[in-house]
Amino acid sequence: MADTNQGQSLSAYSSERELSKADKVIMFLREYAVLILLVALFVALSFASDSFFSLANILNILNQQTPLAIIAVAGTMVIISGGFDLSTGAIFAVANVLAAWMAVHLGSVTLGLALTPLIGLILGSINGLIVTRLKIHSFLATLASSLAYRAIAVLITGGALISVADPHFATLGREKFLGVFWAIYVLAAFVLIAGFLLNRTTYGRYVFAIGGNPEAAELSGIAVDRVRVMVFGFSGLAAGLASAIAVSRVASGQPLAGTGIELQAIAAIILGGTSIYGGMGAIWRSLGGVYLIALIGNGFNLMNVNPLFKDLVTGVIILLAVAISASERKRR
Amino acid sequence: MGFTVTTADSASTLLRVEHVSKRFGATQALHQVSLQLRQGEIHGFAGENGAGKSTLAKIISGLYQQDSGDIYVDGEIVTKWDTARAQRRGVVLIAQELSLVPEMSVAQNVFLGIESNKLGVLSNDLQERYQRLEESFGFGLDPKMRLGSLSIAERQKVEIMRALARDARIIIMDEPTSSLTADEVDKLHAIIKKLKSQGRTIIYVTHFLESLLEICDRVTVMRDGQLVKTSDAKDETKVSIVESMLGRSLSHTFPERSVGVDVSMAPKLELRNVSTQTGVRNVSLTVRSGEIVGLAGLVGSGRTEIARAIFGVDPILAGEILIDGKPYDRRSPRQSVEQGIAFIPEERRAQGLVMVRSVKENISLPHLRSISVGKVLRRRRETVRAKELVAEVSINPPRVAATVSDFSGGNQQKVLFAKWLMGDPSLIILDEPTRGVDIGAKVTIYEIIAELARRGAAILLISSEHTEVLELSNRVHLVRSGSIVGELDPTVSNVDDLLFKLFGLENEILEGR
Repeated sequence: MADTNQGQSLSAYSSERELSKADKVIMFLREYAVLILLVALFVALSFASDSFFSLANILNILNQQTPLAIIAVAGTMVIISGGFDLSTGAIFAVANVLAAWMAVHLGSVTLGLALTPLIGLILGSINGLIVTRLKIHSFLATLASSLAYRAIAVLITGGALISVADPHFATLGREKFLGVFWAIYVLAAFVLIAGFLLNRTTYGRYVFAIGGNPEAAELSGIAVDRVRVMVFGFSGLAAGLASAIAVSRVASGQPLAGTGIELQAIAAIILGGTSIYGGMGAIWRSLGGVYLIALIGNGFNLMNVNPLFKDLVTGVIILLAVAISASERKRR
Repeated sequence: MGFTVTTADSASTLLRVEHVSKRFGATQALHQVSLQLRQGEIHGFAGENGAGKSTLAKIISGLYQQDSGDIYVDGEIVTKWDTARAQRRGVVLIAQELSLVPEMSVAQNVFLGIESNKLGVLSNDLQERYQRLEESFGFGLDPKMRLGSLSIAERQKVEIMRALARDARIIIMDEPTSSLTADEVDKLHAIIKKLKSQGRTIIYVTHFLESLLEICDRVTVMRDGQLVKTSDAKDETKVSIVESMLGRSLSHTFPERSVGVDVSMAPKLELRNVSTQTGVRNVSLTVRSGEIVGLAGLVGSGRTEIARAIFGVDPILAGEILIDGKPYDRRSPRQSVEQGIAFIPEERRAQGLVMVRSVKENISLPHLRSISVGKVLRRRRETVRAKELVAEVSINPPRVAATVSDFSGGNQQKVLFAKWLMGDPSLIILDEPTRGVDIGAKVTIYEIIAELARRGAAILLISSEHTEVLELSNRVHLVRSGSIVGELDPTVSNVDDLLFKLFGLENEILEGR
């Protein structure tokens, strides 16, 4: 705010002068805070608990978080673009029950699971159109659409579960290939694709630009609305894909699946250090955020501490992360 | 109470800072600055962007805290200096970005934070208090007006009343005139003089040296975070101040005017009777390749709106826009970029640059297609191009990977030029191209503009700095209320002619009524 001018005056010097060692260390710590915490917690848990440091436990943690991680990766783009997507949980639910419904009624397990990203893409694009055409802030638009989408999920099942008996339905969520869960491969592929889109394509560059300054982006000839629709479409697609893993894991479609996952994803993104004001951020940060929260949870389980403390600690850590990034902002 | 330190002329010294230093991260923003403020003086701060004058003002007002050094008020050292304490001691900052609440009324804004209350319940004396203030120092504002509906000049008056409501003895104004028109500036100066006559001290931070010399009693010049000198304004000239600011002597400011326009070709840009919803009325003009056409006028006269219509930001209601003699109908910023039109908007930070991104990303933003294969960026090509352009507009230091917000205003403006030069534009629309940049950068920007014209670009130049328009342009149009009301040959006209045409005639007509 009042400090914007200060940002200017830093310049002339900060570029001329070499940074001191202490400054470099501080900058490094800020930049990689989430990874440093992640590694520190990992090491601490390895010493504190005998059962933590095993391939089985680590693979389990990785696998469990794949749906959330996929949503957070795409959500990172939404937040970088200056938007919020509060509907990923509801899209998750629609895709979830539709996958199970198709598996049961159309008899094709593959079709049901394969179509989930497409369903998500459609619902997400609708969000994008609402945001750009009706010019409603994405926070409100997706809050409203999430109610509608969730209602659709409930209507499809009549409120009940749709169980899928075919054992192949559970392959994606439960089985391994070459000793690693299928879901982890899916996440890895998704991260690579999303990372490529964000960092190596014109599309990704536009995402940063419209989040950093939509007016400047518009005056630079960027089709701002189109990029926005794509961002929300991609977020929906991710929610659908995440849902395929989750529904396969429990082998039943549930209309209340994914409740709250949109907020967990946003928490992980912020914890990772992506700026809530848009224009800055990275996918690896959000992955760090997701797994940092997961490790906290896992640690509490392994050490048999009252799980209520887990949420307390997680909340405090997120607050600290936001405070650190806020202080950084003020300094600029 | 407290202890006092004796100094030579502490009699009239209201506030003084001694050996104040301030770092921001790796940056030494202020280094060992000592300064005394006398009662009833207008004290100007001059310096390039980043010289530390704003930082010093903010430390005095308590917005920033110094790392070392002391502040004395009434000869008494102060500890824990912050804005609340500063205001209680009568030191109030009126910031560059005005800090008012648009949704609240004038009176509510004036007394914001110092409302009378009983146990937190607001007392009903707002109008009464406002009236009392208005009587002693009236600007004639309607206290019930919603602040958001006021002009910037009026908001500034609200800021000043706000300072007076706190019984300010030292009022710090940081770039108060940067968004004001010429006669609003005159009015502000009258207000400042009145404040002075009441015995108040004013710190006046500005880029405008004429203003500084005109109304200040003393001037402090800053450079690279250090205080170069504090002297009586009457002993200084514009040149002497600029030379202190730069630390070197100044050669001529404006480049040679370009000459020789090919009249046989269709004009690069032609407007025929263009009107818009945004207030442009029946505007016709032409700009030929190699020519700089200036649009002079007051802020809000519709010049920006003309530019926005050409670039395709706002639609037009009537008339026609032609590029190279051909109608340019399906206008949009995107289409304009493809047509080779560049638009440097007036608000660098709000409209021009993505402040949180790097220099090279900003430069390449409109031209990503030229540095990518399919949709995939060729990042090395981008860096190479960005480095060439950064050298061309002489951004110093030439760090293309650094974040734009880390650069000074002048460098930022050069980034904006580099951004549009990358597309090799044939028509360039410049809206206030040197607003808020320091003199060194201004000279560079003038050279860039002249060089572009020499290379054959058609340039439409909008500027509120009348000298700038006159010195750079081949032809000047005068714009008032969305219409072109006159034309001027800048080779035979001076600023007085321009002002006479802009205000003089109008005033005579008004007086004649």
